[in-house]
Amino acid sequence: MNDPILEMRRVSKSFFSIKALRGVDLTVHAGEIHALMGENGAGKSTLMKILSGAYRPDPGSEIRIEGKAVSFNGPHAGRAAGISIIYQELSLAPNLSVAQNIYLGREVSRFGMLAREAMESAVGPVLARLGADFAPRTLVAGLSMGQRQLVEIARALHARSKILIMDEPTTALSAGESERLFGLIRRLRDEGLAIIYISHRMDEVYALGDRVTVLRDGTLVGSLDKPEIRADTIVRLMVGRDVSSFYKKEHDPGSDSRALDGVPVLAAVDIADGRRVRGCSLAVHAGEVVGLAGLVGAGRTELAHLIIGATPKTAGHIEIEGRSVDIRNPGAALAAGIAYLTEDRKALGLFLDMSCLDNINLAMLGRDARPGGILDRDKARDRARRAFATLGIRAADIRVAAGGLSGGNQQKVLLSRLLATTPKILILDEPTRGVDVGAKSEIYSIIDNLAKSGTAVLVISSDLPEIIGICDRVLVMRAGMIAGEIKRTAAAPLDQEQIMALATGMERLDA
Amino acid sequence: MPDDGASAKAAAAPGLVAAQESKRQRTRLLIRSLGMLPVLVLLCIGFHLLSDGRFFTAQNLGIVVQQAAVNTVLAAGMTFVILTGGIDLSVGSILAASAMAGLIISKFPDFGALWLPAAVLTGAAFGVLNGGLIALLRLPPFIVTLGSLTAVRGVARLLGADTTVFNSAIPYAFIGNGSLMLVPGVLSIPWLWVIALLVILASWLVLRRTVLGVHIYAVGGNESAARLAGIKVWAVLIFVYAVSGLLAGLGGAMQAARLYAANGLQLGQSYELDAITAVILGGTSFVGGIGSIWGTLVGALIIAVLSNGLILTGVSDVWQYVIKGLVIIGAVALDRYRLQGSART
Repeated sequence: MNDPILEMRRVSKSFFSIKALRGVDLTVHAGEIHALMGENGAGKSTLMKILSGAYRPDPGSEIRIEGKAVSFNGPHAGRAAGISIIYQELSLAPNLSVAQNIYLGREVSRFGMLAREAMESAVGPVLARLGADFAPRTLVAGLSMGQRQLVEIARALHARSKILIMDEPTTALSAGESERLFGLIRRLRDEGLAIIYISHRMDEVYALGDRVTVLRDGTLVGSLDKPEIRADTIVRLMVGRDVSSFYKKEHDPGSDSRALDGVPVLAAVDIADGRRVRGCSLAVHAGEVVGLAGLVGAGRTELAHLIIGATPKTAGHIEIEGRSVDIRNPGAALAAGIAYLTEDRKALGLFLDMSCLDNINLAMLGRDARPGGILDRDKARDRARRAFATLGIRAADIRVAAGGLSGGNQQKVLLSRLLATTPKILILDEPTRGVDVGAKSEIYSIIDNLAKSGTAVLVISSDLPEIIGICDRVLVMRAGMIAGEIKRTAAAPLDQEQIMALATGMERLDA
Repeated sequence: MPDDGASAKAAAAPGLVAAQESKRQRTRLLIRSLGMLPVLVLLCIGFHLLSDGRFFTAQNLGIVVQQAAVNTVLAAGMTFVILTGGIDLSVGSILAASAMAGLIISKFPDFGALWLPAAVLTGAAFGVLNGGLIALLRLPPFIVTLGSLTAVRGVARLLGADTTVFNSAIPYAFIGNGSLMLVPGVLSIPWLWVIALLVILASWLVLRRTVLGVHIYAVGGNESAARLAGIKVWAVLIFVYAVSGLLAGLGGAMQAARLYAANGLQLGQSYELDAITAVILGGTSFVGGIGSIWGTLVGALIIAVLSNGLILTGVSDVWQYVIKGLVIIGAVALDRYRLQGSART
């Protein structure tokens, strides 16, 4: 093979006492799609920020581009050295035109006036090369997510980048747009670009990766060449231990045959929001953990928001223990026994400036209060202390602000707020996102214990091994509808491929 | 064996780090809760020295608290609003309209004594109106209260047909000019200041000892999370603007009792600025969620001491404006600094 275009040797990065990266060796060649995988917190984004120049690696680290050692200082140094990064949240200004975005920060001027025409005509060929169906003058605000992705790629090509790093580029794309993007990525590879493709999704890594590198806890744990790329190998590398001991599932709703035949604790009947959710029905029984899988954008979170009344239903209704209930806001859902753990705990869950004490007690303040709405502070303190003990929340004190805790501890604080209401139904939206591996395993055993004590649990997750590891049954969503259901039986465990096929709609192609 | 020693050390380290961390957090908490109190004390001492000992006299301190009283009451209401991340620009106008309404009622011989609740309720009614527009129609607080700043001022002028209303025999006049004798002949407190302190105390109780108080902090800290947590955000918002309006009404009553008169055009002009300044000086974050009513009390006192001290030391009226303005900017700079200091990941 040709000489590597990017070599990273012994790259480490510490933040105070925490090692985010430990001696990572990564080699990328021109004309290669190099998939980078790993859980949240594995060090992918730290690695990326080092390549962009935003972080400075620890002394002893070495980065070579086309054989020449480089040292980046400043956030634009990576770009100057030929590395372009397309972040998950695209960094385009929607109020400006395509050409203006591509030239952002490097505008061409003539006699102090913006050379608008010149910039637009220079952008034209690049857009044509990418097969774009929009003009340089178009406002970005009017473009679809897929088209915006193209603008980002055009920006990278226009800067004559040799290395293109893409961070989960399909998150916001439809299936068709993703397919077109894959085609384009392959073409760019054939033209000699090196592409580092960061993704969580096995199917994409199968489809695209010439080579896969897996990071775990800041260490490079393995690199696989195309023929060796297999789901189970990758999962084992990512998780780092035998999957069966990591996920904890002792509860077994099937052992009590009446439980599953009886009236479900939660049933949603044909609910829709008129936009992202198009008529979904589901049922969860007591003591059962049901997974809700699907690609990002399939409408899973929207479905959860409909169930708890955070968004208004345009059709359908909710039944709890067989009785139809009218849930119009999250407060009514809590009163009806449904607790919802949001996927975005910082924006929608926690109060970062408030103490753990207040965060944990928030949902119970009204019920605990003395007459006249006076706080019962003894009850609140007891509850917070109990939560710290039972969920193993590690913080100096219950009065510490929640914002200062680690992701796993924050998640446990939020979870204990929900558990304080002793819900009959618990909806967990990406319960282990941004949580370290140790806390993950603890959260799985909390879920397992809840199911054992009879709580009906619905788990929304994009992490397939997680769904397979902890769920009794999986519902798969695609394009706002339930595409199918897969049951775990003693003979056949849940199958990742089958879920993926339902989620992507590929099963029809196989048939 | 050396291995054991290393692991023991490693085990001890996290405990030590946690202890240091909690100590640092406690210090930070202490600094935050003390806030601007040291500044207030230094200002008092400084003015005392600069004015040849004329500051710390019973008479002068009486004047200071009397001047601070109405602003303290307005600032207490403003604290509720700013804690939710909002703003109430209309308190000066509401104060004027409430005072007008109170004085007009006080002239009826049959139920003149009802002027006091009438004034307070007028204020509360305008506050509910503000809150309703903000909470139910989801309009930005700045725009809504900017509108009512102008509209309610118009109402205030309308009420007295754009004249000054007098009533030299207004009931309860003592609250404006009388003092509560604590030790007869030795120690007395102006009633205005007694009312202000009671308002601060009641605000503290609501904010720190009730469910509603926690909900106010929650809405200011993260409105979407509050909504998802089942908090009736709209009710909390209407409540805080109603409180702000109600306390502006009380402020109007205090002014009316003190002056035996009210003028819809002049009364309460730009009082909202002093109230906002007091809240910000008190360390309440402009984006909501962080702050305390005691800070607001200190902030209101700083403004009063500043005005009083600058007069005592003979600083010209013009320079007083410049200095007060700089204090406002300095306070916001402090607010930024505080936010940076708070631990966040």
